[in-house]
Amino acid sequence: MKPAFSVIFLTTLIGAAQGLFLALFTHQSYALFGLLPMQSDAFYGYGSVLALLLLVGGLIASFFHLGRPERAWRSATQWRTSWLSREVIVLPAFMGIVFLFGASHLTGYRPELTTLPGGLIVDLSTVLGVIGTMLAFALFICTAMIYACLRFLREWHSPLTVINYILMGGASGFVLASFYAASAAPDQSDFFAGWAIVITLLAFAGRWASLVRNARLKPKSTLQTAIGIKHPYIVQRSMGAMGGTFNTREFFHGKSAAFMRAIKPAFLILTFVLPLALLALGILTPGLLALAFIIQYLGLLAERWFFFAQANHPQNLYYQTIG
Amino acid sequence: MTQLALVIDLNVCVGCSACVTSCKEWNTSGSAGPLCDENPYGLNPTGTFFNRVQTFEIGQYPHSETLHFPKSCLHCEDPPCVPVCPTGASYKRKEDGIVLVDYDKCIGCKYCTWACPYGAREFDEKAKVMKKCTLCVDRIYDESMAEADRKPSCVKACPTSARLFGDIHDPESEVSQAIREDGGYALMPEWGTHPANHYLPRRKTKLKIHQDELERADNPLKVDGQQPKPGKGESSMDDVSAW
Repeated sequence: MKPAFSVIFLTTLIGAAQGLFLALFTHQSYALFGLLPMQSDAFYGYGSVLALLLLVGGLIASFFHLGRPERAWRSATQWRTSWLSREVIVLPAFMGIVFLFGASHLTGYRPELTTLPGGLIVDLSTVLGVIGTMLAFALFICTAMIYACLRFLREWHSPLTVINYILMGGASGFVLASFYAASAAPDQSDFFAGWAIVITLLAFAGRWASLVRNARLKPKSTLQTAIGIKHPYIVQRSMGAMGGTFNTREFFHGKSAAFMRAIKPAFLILTFVLPLALLALGILTPGLLALAFIIQYLGLLAERWFFFAQANHPQNLYYQTIG
Repeated sequence: MTQLALVIDLNVCVGCSACVTSCKEWNTSGSAGPLCDENPYGLNPTGTFFNRVQTFEIGQYPHSETLHFPKSCLHCEDPPCVPVCPTGASYKRKEDGIVLVDYDKCIGCKYCTWACPYGAREFDEKAKVMKKCTLCVDRIYDESMAEADRKPSCVKACPTSARLFGDIHDPESEVSQAIREDGGYALMPEWGTHPANHYLPRRKTKLKIHQDELERADNPLKVDGQQPKPGKGESSMDDVSAW
């Protein structure tokens, strides 16, 4: 497939935003149970603003993918069957909850809603946080299922796709949170950096597993099934067009095999290896955490590019020779 | 329930691309607006087509054959492109099984093309919406046309009658009989999309004559050539003389 930069930015930006929101609310939940010191409203509030900015950036990027962006509102109608439609609904819903969660902290409007049997006070921001957490996971699932539900694209048609979207988004969000905490609440930075290391390691394992899986895939469709002729030697002489077509532009990444071979170790190092090293060092030198996030984000851009480019669409069997 | 479809006889198709040009001509002239063409006379022409004829070489020289392979939307009975559409612009008509795109609802996200294993849909770079074969839905029900003309444009144009059009759910239709009796098959059956369009395979027509057919089984004397040969100017009689 041809990687579209609109979709690469959409998925990486909202992934980081979802991870950041999850990180913030994880901290607030720990603090609620007294496991960590509760931070100021400003810490959670401005963190939510940062997440919201990333979400807005992703949303803007997504519009560049559309031929007719002015009709985008129509895409919320087919949620019964289309994962893309579900994403279109869940993304603004999540943005709304992140906004309310941040607003609740920044305005200090956190009325107590109920008291749990243990004496824990549940206020508005906690309820919003729980809803936001569910929506964050729902959004991860919607985004990943857009790809995982396409059974012809066998590189994507796997539960690993969903797991990796959750883990990689979570990892970049927690890395960002550790950097954010290093500047806003330095004593809490280790908490986020620790979780960032754990999630990045898990994401590394998940992505490695999907690379191993994809390397072993054998194509289900062949030229023989594509045109229904049972002969071992079939060569396309003409695809019925004298130049490129939509089918040659949309489904081929257009890079050399050497480029594909090079980008795989590159994204593995940028997304997982270097950030892990920087996170470990960052516990001592907080400035490295910013570098860890930036390098991992660049790595995720490369990872997402590879994710799209690696998927081999069966329609390519019909479009091999211009002539 | 009706399922309209094309049946394409690969044994008859000569790859003339008359179906391609007549399809383009009809569908670029309709009320849905033109099918875009960019750089049509330049080095790298590109444009939106509903139907293309591809050419494959089967086997290795000298034991090779050329296969011309017309390909358009197959109007799958279980179309994977329809449920993924976020706007409902892609739909399959209940009454005749035609898969269509509502160009006024399409947002041009191209997700449907990802979900089609056949590459049957082409994005119109000028209209910025997805387009595809309509089975000439604006022809086949047009009662202002003579009944013989109420067929898809490609079917009308085919000079060798390689393209048949009809209802594959009607067992007595021309297309159902062709599929049943001439080995009609679907493309990429492994995905369970149940394409409505079928292809008839290439087949060799051979005339086999056995030795005994060269002799006259009803020869009353059992042996040819034993009758008296009449002179050139004399009359002859069947079964009595040698010619």
